[in-house]
Amino acid sequence: MSIADSMQPRLSPEDAGKLEQTWRDPPGIIGWFSAINHKTISIRFMVTTFGFFILGGLLALAIRLQLAFPGARLVNADLFNQLFTMHGSTMMFLFAVPVMQAIAMYLVPLMIGARSVAFPRMNAFAYWIFLLGGLMLYIAFFVGVGPDAGWFAYVPLSSLQYSPGKRIDIWAQMITFTELASLMEAIVLITTILKMRAPGMTLNRMPLFVWAILATSFMVLFAMPAVMLASTALITDRLVDTQFYNPDRGGDALLWQHLFWFFGHPEVYLIFIPPLGVISSVIATFSRRPIVGYPAMVLAVIATAFLAFGLWVHHMFATNLPELGKTFFTAASLMIAIPTAIQIFCWIATLWSGRLDLRTPLLFVLAFFVILVLGGLTGLMLASVSLDTQLHDTYFVVAHLHYVLMGGAVFPLFGAFYYWFPKFTGRMLGERLGRWNFWLFFIGFNLTFFPMHVLGLWGMPRRVYSYPKEMGWGSLNFTATVGAIMIAVSVLLFIVNVVRSRRHGEAAGNDPWGAGTLEWGTASPPPAGNFEMVPVVHARDPLWAPKSLPTHVTGLSNEYREILVTSVADAELDHRLWLPASSIWPFLAAVATTVLFVGSIFTPWAVVWAAAPVAAATTFWFWPKKDIIEKRTGSEVNP
Amino acid sequence: MSGQPEQKPMQQPPPAPQHESNADGHLLDIMHLPTFAFGTRSPMWWGTMGLMAIEGTVFALCIMAYFYLRSHSGFWPTGGMPPELLWGSVNTAIMLASAVPNHFAKRAAERLDLQKVRLWLVVCMLFSVAFLAVRVLEFKTLNTSWDSSAYGSAVWMLLGLHTTHLITDTYDSLVLTVLMFTGPLEGKRFVDVSENASYWYFVMFSWIPIYGVIYWGARI
Repeated sequence: MSIADSMQPRLSPEDAGKLEQTWRDPPGIIGWFSAINHKTISIRFMVTTFGFFILGGLLALAIRLQLAFPGARLVNADLFNQLFTMHGSTMMFLFAVPVMQAIAMYLVPLMIGARSVAFPRMNAFAYWIFLLGGLMLYIAFFVGVGPDAGWFAYVPLSSLQYSPGKRIDIWAQMITFTELASLMEAIVLITTILKMRAPGMTLNRMPLFVWAILATSFMVLFAMPAVMLASTALITDRLVDTQFYNPDRGGDALLWQHLFWFFGHPEVYLIFIPPLGVISSVIATFSRRPIVGYPAMVLAVIATAFLAFGLWVHHMFATNLPELGKTFFTAASLMIAIPTAIQIFCWIATLWSGRLDLRTPLLFVLAFFVILVLGGLTGLMLASVSLDTQLHDTYFVVAHLHYVLMGGAVFPLFGAFYYWFPKFTGRMLGERLGRWNFWLFFIGFNLTFFPMHVLGLWGMPRRVYSYPKEMGWGSLNFTATVGAIMIAVSVLLFIVNVVRSRRHGEAAGNDPWGAGTLEWGTASPPPAGNFEMVPVVHARDPLWAPKSLPTHVTGLSNEYREILVTSVADAELDHRLWLPASSIWPFLAAVATTVLFVGSIFTPWAVVWAAAPVAAATTFWFWPKKDIIEKRTGSEVNP
Repeated sequence: MSGQPEQKPMQQPPPAPQHESNADGHLLDIMHLPTFAFGTRSPMWWGTMGLMAIEGTVFALCIMAYFYLRSHSGFWPTGGMPPELLWGSVNTAIMLASAVPNHFAKRAAERLDLQKVRLWLVVCMLFSVAFLAVRVLEFKTLNTSWDSSAYGSAVWMLLGLHTTHLITDTYDSLVLTVLMFTGPLEGKRFVDVSENASYWYFVMFSWIPIYGVIYWGARI
């Protein structure tokens, strides 16, 4: 690398300074709220989602402490209902899906050799909407109106009749906030990936992480609208007396379950597919070779994304649906094991034939194999209608879903933080604390959730706030609580590691792991414009490939935010495009939208009067500034 | 050209490609590339398609919910009276007719013809006044209320969702029309006009299945 480095063409220091000035966020407090650089927004997004992860984890710890002993009185039934509802909603809507998009927002442009994401202001708006929606939920919880009908809020329990007050309305609007943010992020990511890849990065050379994000983002477009429609119908049922879910007036409670799980099952894969991309990145780097079977991996990801839409009814096996329908969904549920297995075999082949470097990121990824395979196997068990009817709503399901989501998403996610932290900050995370973090997490996790399989088989229902001593569930529940405390200590060690390493960690350099993808070809942390000069790509792992000419693009302006747009399939040169400068309006538009959403919980008329500030803010957001247009129209070229 | 909308923009010849420090073939010069492009070449097209995919999914799911509720109901429409056909059908005609000025606005944008863009955008605005006014009459002749039955809720939800799109699309187009008159302008605003027209097509043509469901789903 060092020889190649010295031969890289570079900008003059003066031009590099101009480029930095052009792309960086403005200073000051107003500048802070005006920031739209994708790395700034992404870091805020990651910190926010991680904050919600900590909050959700503390709620889980409270649940475990309550259940550690039979007949405990730490919390009452009402608070317990809020605890598990807030825990589930936080982890699903405020952590697992958005954290993947947050990481993608940082890495995708770097991996594809782009200066920015497409629509950077919309990206900033989506972040603010997400943050404000999450804050609304927690403010409600702390003033005693936390939602309490479970994270999937089944009707009729969540109807006005059985859940009076504002709790469920808060929950339904939280859905509106988070899904709106998620949908916008999906559009930004799809457009970035398809139109902004560096010249030469054909689809066939795109990193597997980027493929995973592309597949996930398309799924978001078709899955998220279902839950938005469902929660909108729920909130109108509650606030203006529509009758969607009221059987007395021709409504239907199962309509909620269909709409919710038409989103909810794909959601599992929204959480699970991005980590598949993380795993492919980490395994390739630490096996010191490209992933085996790249085309098979890409096809498997796409197949998983399609099949994920044919599974939702397996959450509804305990309802009175036709048996033939259930058989179909059993078959589809078993079928999705095939593309997952293909990927696991490809990774094993890569590890088998590589030279392993057992660092912390790889440890977290290897844990994925153990935990996800266990969670997948219990998934196959639950795909059988007869067994599912027996185990429905027991702790067996709790164990299964945590094995899938923690094993499939959280372990690889921690691996991702250890792997890319040097790129985010320029410093390595401590390896010793990393190992403590990993082993405490791994052992604590299994100690917490493995006993729940047994508890479920013994008949312990989920969501009970207490249980009598005579049931004999005490010792396994106590074990689970000990495990939960271990997980808490492990996450605390991670935070210590991050805080310490950010200042005192070992300096990372551009490419501390000797990895092959483009994000490692620029400085750590990257300059505001990501690359001094946009690279030209000739291979799947550009940093591992022998040098080919040309190496870089020239002719993009350093004076204003100009990017290169390329063709969808083959990333051939297409046109230059001017991206907007920093602006406070996305933030103000998000505040106005928040007023509209929160106001509508209290009066339907908020949708009317709060539309005016939203319209005004989005218009100011769009309205171009004369000076910058004058600056750049000089080099305008017609198509 | 900016700030002077009367002048037709972008008449400068493309600057000659520069080959500074590229003697050794390391650098790929892109100075000659255009600074905006239409259709699938433009990121705006992909962003607009993403919006259409999301909103199309919402409409499709809402229609599915309508038929799901219908399949679980012994009597449909619940109140006995389907919506009156007159204003819904009139509005369908208005929306289909608005495709004509929309087509010309899109074509003028792609030919970078500012005068015609202004003309056809204004004509589109007149159409939107018409269909929004008729929409009010549609709501008045639905023969059901949102709170009377699940049937009424589904009908109001469908019509409400589509009306939201009519309002937002009208407002978007209005802002763009004003900008095309006042400036400051640059070439990529023509791409905005073109993509705004694509979205207009989406809002108008998605009305056809919704019209079929609201007005004929309660009859057939």
